[in-house]
Amino acid sequence: MRIVATDCGSTTTKAILIEEKDGVFRQTFRGEAPTTVEEPFADVTLGVTNSVTELQELSGYTLVADDGTIIRRTSPSDPVGCDLYISTSSAGGGLQMMVAGVVREMTAESAKRAALGAGAIVMDTIASNDRRKPHEQIQRIRELRPDMVLVSGGTDGGDTKKVTEIAELIAPARPRPRFGGEYSLPLIYAGNKDARPAIERCFGGEGFALSIVENLRPTLEQENLGPARERIHDVFLEHVMAHAPGYDKLMRWANAPIMPTPGAVGDILQTIAKGRGINVVGVDIGGATTDMFSVFGGVFNRTVSANLGMSYSISNVCAEAGMASVLRWVHLDMDERELRNRVKNKMIRPTTIPQTLDALVFEQAVSREALRLAFVQHKAFATTLKGVQQQRTVGDTFSQAEVGKSIVNPMAMDLMVASGGVLSHAPRMEQTALMMIDAFEPEGFTEIAKDSIFMMPHLGVLASVNARAAMEVFEKDCLIVLGWCVAPRGEVRQGKPAFAWSLRPEGAAAREGTLLGGQMQLLRLEPGARATLEVRPEKGLDMGAGPGKPLSREVTGGMVGVILDARGRPLRLPDSHADRRAAVEGWLRALEVY
Amino acid sequence: MAKAYTPGLKVSPRTTFQARRLLPVVGTVRVAVGDRVSADMVVAETFLEGDVFPIKLAALMQTNPKDLPSLMLKKVGDAVAVGDPLARSKGIFGLMKSEAKSTAAGTLESVSDSTGMVIVRGPRLAVQVKAYVGGRVAEVIAGEGVIVETPAAFVQGIFGVGGEVSGPLRIIASSHTETLDESRIDPSMKGAIVVGGARMSAGAIRRAREVGVAAIIAGGIDDADLRDVLGYDLGVAVTGSERIGITLIVTEGFGDIAMARRTFDLLASHAGRAASVNGATQIRAGVMRPEIVIPLDSAVSGEVFSGGATAGLLDLGTRVRVIRDPHFGLLGEVSALPEQPAVLGSGSKARVLEVTLDSGERVTVPRANVELVGE
Repeated sequence: MRIVATDCGSTTTKAILIEEKDGVFRQTFRGEAPTTVEEPFADVTLGVTNSVTELQELSGYTLVADDGTIIRRTSPSDPVGCDLYISTSSAGGGLQMMVAGVVREMTAESAKRAALGAGAIVMDTIASNDRRKPHEQIQRIRELRPDMVLVSGGTDGGDTKKVTEIAELIAPARPRPRFGGEYSLPLIYAGNKDARPAIERCFGGEGFALSIVENLRPTLEQENLGPARERIHDVFLEHVMAHAPGYDKLMRWANAPIMPTPGAVGDILQTIAKGRGINVVGVDIGGATTDMFSVFGGVFNRTVSANLGMSYSISNVCAEAGMASVLRWVHLDMDERELRNRVKNKMIRPTTIPQTLDALVFEQAVSREALRLAFVQHKAFATTLKGVQQQRTVGDTFSQAEVGKSIVNPMAMDLMVASGGVLSHAPRMEQTALMMIDAFEPEGFTEIAKDSIFMMPHLGVLASVNARAAMEVFEKDCLIVLGWCVAPRGEVRQGKPAFAWSLRPEGAAAREGTLLGGQMQLLRLEPGARATLEVRPEKGLDMGAGPGKPLSREVTGGMVGVILDARGRPLRLPDSHADRRAAVEGWLRALEVY
Repeated sequence: MAKAYTPGLKVSPRTTFQARRLLPVVGTVRVAVGDRVSADMVVAETFLEGDVFPIKLAALMQTNPKDLPSLMLKKVGDAVAVGDPLARSKGIFGLMKSEAKSTAAGTLESVSDSTGMVIVRGPRLAVQVKAYVGGRVAEVIAGEGVIVETPAAFVQGIFGVGGEVSGPLRIIASSHTETLDESRIDPSMKGAIVVGGARMSAGAIRRAREVGVAAIIAGGIDDADLRDVLGYDLGVAVTGSERIGITLIVTEGFGDIAMARRTFDLLASHAGRAASVNGATQIRAGVMRPEIVIPLDSAVSGEVFSGGATAGLLDLGTRVRVIRDPHFGLLGEVSALPEQPAVLGSGSKARVLEVTLDSGERVTVPRANVELVGE
């Protein structure tokens, strides 16, 4: 079997070839070409044809017909063509949505979760209690040019007035769609079913293409995002994609519906988390935005940090985090005024790359802060349902409420997956691993991997048509295992023993030692090698078995190895400039980072 | 021979410039094909629907929303002014009637018997589109706007803030390498577009705003000075709507950097002419750079340019500017284009080229870190 998959990004269209050989699916070749959505080409299929032509040249298979279309095989022995062609897309700014609900922390938040999970960028969230006056909300709605709107509100059988009020604000504002003034703006209603007649009255007229799905919050205790997400995908294909240049053709070429890129990444991560029974955090840091994905206890969440990125948004990262926060990760002398100008120069010429070591060190420092801020936003969003009524006893009075608590637990995080330029193209894998550890502060035992060539979008769509092929390629070719981070939760005493460790690799000599508070150590372990790592933390430090309790676990090798991190959690850097610099230098040396 | 495409900014002594002047919604075009227009002439206008003001009338009157329609004193479509009674309650036995008054002026648009909310729509808002550049109307797009065309000298900047302005071009630097400080600015420059050489200083910007200069064009600007002008740290390069009373355009970048000589010489050759500039910058998909348009008298033949990014062929002998440290801002000529990727000082592997700088020094830089200058 031969599968061609493309991902049409804002700037580059990436094609991969997947082949079944000896009963196993492997990714064999890749090609890329500039995306051609914008003028003067204004036809996405030209970029697709170009990227697949590169696959053709590299693989030696004829895949592209004279008219530019992708050839299908007539039989498995046919040397020409492929059996399946699939694609994702985030070109032209991806899918942009406005969402609305009644209560910001409840139905509006569920609506936002549904939109983000479907792969959308949420431009704004309108709610009765979003602290804006009605005319300010209306003004905002008028300014936005979304691809579609999702309206929620109320539980089934509950009050209909509030959600109708929201609808009565949106309807006269007459939001206009991003593409073309002629087509009606798609509006999905996923709120209280009793309010449907009122919603139909509001949006049934000209200007809106209304569709109604099941309530995404049928009760306060229950979230039902599936129907809304599916409808978003359908509307994306029917309305948004159909108006984007060349997509009508691309949809005809493909064997499966075209998915928004982040939606596909979310799907593959959920497939992996479910298949392995683990909790996963994935990140894709781009030039303009950072996407974060997590699956904890089977619950999927995605956030997009719209202005945290490494080129277009690099200046915003420095402004939001503060230059002092960025520079705390730097071990070299740098002039702040010059750095500020450098940051702005990168912003206005986003395609340049660091040439010198100090430019690389600085960019990787910025990336730590971008990732850290994106993770903070993600943790705040990925929570248990808010607004759930709880029965409380006298005994609960003094305990913290669990309602609205983040489900992203660094101790329960089994796997972190890194992707995006600054992480994928770092000259040394140790750099990628340390950026991830510094930003996400994993606790206990956490495996770290990176997406080799950003293949997750392709595999996400592939999972919808051939789950086995997607899983096999993900495990064998997509993920590059860097290794493990092993770190205690709790405050360490600087320079005093934090935990003792012993590593017993299969078929090799055992190693052991003690790590002092504030130190890091790298234990090299070849990719594929297995070992048992036993840790004995000091009193008050928890490495997964409870404070002060020893733990033994199997770890596997990777391109980096096992990173022991005794800096404590939460991670605090020394206050004084000299101490901080000495500490950072020590970590970089221990992990052979630069 | 190895060749590659690389981006560059447009600097053209003569081109046919087209300005697409469109309304946000359908309206009326005020000019016809062939008409001569000046920069500040209105070429199309329309009205946008007025703002919407929701009033929770049933709640104000403490009445059931279902009863609201029968209590209304105004009908849908009626004009209302602030303070006009909108509805009156029936009271008790005809007594103790209460009235609810409008808090907004406009037209009554809707009355909801399910939420008790009424919507008043404010007066229509006039929107006018000006020609922006002096020239001739080349095309009318019915109901939408026009394309104004003129032969022009055209320069793209790398970054700007502030919107469209026009005025006479005043060259106030003696060379492209001269920093623009406040001593150069005087009240006679009110309404002018002033051209400096290298970096524009904070003092120069402050003084220019005081005397009412329309725009400053210079090689560079310090990020700290930009922050002072804006009052905030710019996060993303999407600009043009700032209300700072002046338009600023830099042609090269941030920091102490001289304007490219060719750009300076071109602007200097048109001293005194009317020019139109726009600081709007958008560095995202569909990149938009700030621009300087100097309409010329005589017609030119050849290429038509209407904005957007440009790209050209990188070849041996091509003039380039290095756009990233450690050689940021330096100019030179491509002297080698090796096929194989090279390992950089950062440890990354990338395709590179060799540039012979104007100083004679030969340096190797990533291909991603140069742009064409065409000097």
